[in-house]
Amino acid sequence: MALLTGWASFLVAVATIGCIYGLLTLGLNVHYGYTGLLNFGHVAFFAAGAYASAIVTMPPPSTVTNASYELWLNLPMPLGFPVSLAAAALVGGVLAFLIGLTSVRLGTHYLAIATFALAGVFSDVLVNEAWLTNGSFGMNSVPKPGRAGLTADEWQLAYLAFAALSLLVTYLVLERLVNAPFGRLLKGVRESEAAAKTLGKDTNAVKLKSFVIGGMIAGFAGGVYAHYLGSVVTAQFVPHVTFTVYAAMLLGGAASNTGAVVGAFLVVAFEESTRFITTLYNWIQSTLPDALSGVLPALFGPLPNNPSFIPSMRFVVIGVLFVLVIRYRPEGLFGDPAEIQALGEEED
Amino acid sequence: MSSNQSPADGNSGDAAASADLLEVDGVVKQFGGLVAVDGVSFGVEEASITGLIGPNGAGKSTLFNCITGVYDVDGGAVRLDGEEIQGLSPTKVARRGVGRTFQTPKTFRGMTVRENMAFAARHQTGERALGALLRPGTIREEEADVQARVDDTLEFLELDHLADDYASGLSGGQRKLLELGRVLMLDPEIIMLDEPVAGVNPSLTDDLLARLRELNDRGRTILFIEHDMDVVMENCDRVVVMHNGQTLASGPPDIVQDDERVVEAYLGGVDR
Repeated sequence: MALLTGWASFLVAVATIGCIYGLLTLGLNVHYGYTGLLNFGHVAFFAAGAYASAIVTMPPPSTVTNASYELWLNLPMPLGFPVSLAAAALVGGVLAFLIGLTSVRLGTHYLAIATFALAGVFSDVLVNEAWLTNGSFGMNSVPKPGRAGLTADEWQLAYLAFAALSLLVTYLVLERLVNAPFGRLLKGVRESEAAAKTLGKDTNAVKLKSFVIGGMIAGFAGGVYAHYLGSVVTAQFVPHVTFTVYAAMLLGGAASNTGAVVGAFLVVAFEESTRFITTLYNWIQSTLPDALSGVLPALFGPLPNNPSFIPSMRFVVIGVLFVLVIRYRPEGLFGDPAEIQALGEEED
Repeated sequence: MSSNQSPADGNSGDAAASADLLEVDGVVKQFGGLVAVDGVSFGVEEASITGLIGPNGAGKSTLFNCITGVYDVDGGAVRLDGEEIQGLSPTKVARRGVGRTFQTPKTFRGMTVRENMAFAARHQTGERALGALLRPGTIREEEADVQARVDDTLEFLELDHLADDYASGLSGGQRKLLELGRVLMLDPEIIMLDEPVAGVNPSLTDDLLARLRELNDRGRTILFIEHDMDVVMENCDRVVVMHNGQTLASGPPDIVQDDERVVEAYLGGVDR
């Protein structure tokens, strides 16, 4: 018996991806929202976590087609699952530490360029170091924990519950962190590094900590993602992920954890909605009286019938959303305008 | 470059020199070919108010930056309680007990006045990520302490009615008070203020100066840069005059005021 049909199945999938993007956005919000670090390489931490999970749980290469990886642990499910997620968070954190160590002293857009470039380098490493990552074929046999004892639909629901719980716990931990003096420390460094230094705070250490915490969360999100899809491929980890997460954070409101989660769900929903563009077009066309049937084709032309149309529209949708937020509500849905008005500005 | 190794430059050559909390000893700072600070020496006595004056470009703010570790000095020494602090990072200088403000206040604009103040408190367990997560009891106690000090300090500065406002909404004068408040929360051995009353409206200026004198009465050591001669003469125990990167004169205000070189530096070589 199919538990989930059509719509329900689609919504469960969107919600699960929403949870994963919620985690990513919470991580980036620690960097940008609370500490003012313009991290444009967020996808690298996500990828690092996903690959870490894949490497510790993939079966031996001899059992997989097109396998060229030489490192695997084949941890048994479900007990290996928490270990795998811990490894994902750890590797995300370590990568953030290494990138942070070299770049965190840079201010504002210099950091943006450095992180963007380092994420590009990291992506090239993933493609080329096939002994570790199986190159562009990707790791396609990442086990789905608990899948054996459940039907496909039950597993979808169970995994959504797990993803939602992960998001909730991460949210609560972060709320506690940012409402403690630690959050005040991050914000002070965001507002004026010079002042924070003259008040005896080690700003570089603070920024590095912030970087590692956000990187760990993104790495963890990567682990959750890997075990959800069951496959980790380099093509999934493109800069578009970083920009989507930025859109989610700005839509929800920087420096608000609630905003980060809500923004992530909204942006994922918007992105997924693009797949209904053709349906919507055809529906409108079919309901219009004959006299007006030429209007839509005249305005938009016939919709292109090629497979890259829908994915391309995602960029457009995110772009439009971005422009609307910046223009009409720069503080986002849950952001505090007084708090973030000077975010990202250079110090005077 | 460091030709000014001897502290015996006539300004601080008396027995009181050993009691100086802060000693600036032949400090040199160059930017390329420009010598911004050229062998400045003076001392700041404990529990005194010392004014640092001089025309624009005399090197006062540069000297502040040299003392607080923002700039590396090219020669000479800065001593706090007899220990050399030149070459330390601004963070370390602050932790040693030097608190400062900036000519243009650097408040945390996206934070409330209360948050600005509490930020500066030292030794907070909750500033460590693990401490923040795992030791809620300790943090609650410390935070109660910090907030009590914030309340006291804000009341002292008469900023208590603005405690929950964002710093971005404060006037220029209020920002200077807030910066002073933050420094007080740091609880340093010496308070260094860069033009604390410049651009502040006159009534607030008097308030601010009264606050400074009261702090001094409570035993605080204060060194401040100021342009307004009257302010300096009325409020300082000792005045140091800088000109072209050098110490022109130093001593009690009434003596410095009558120093010919000082008059010349300020009035541009009027023959008398």
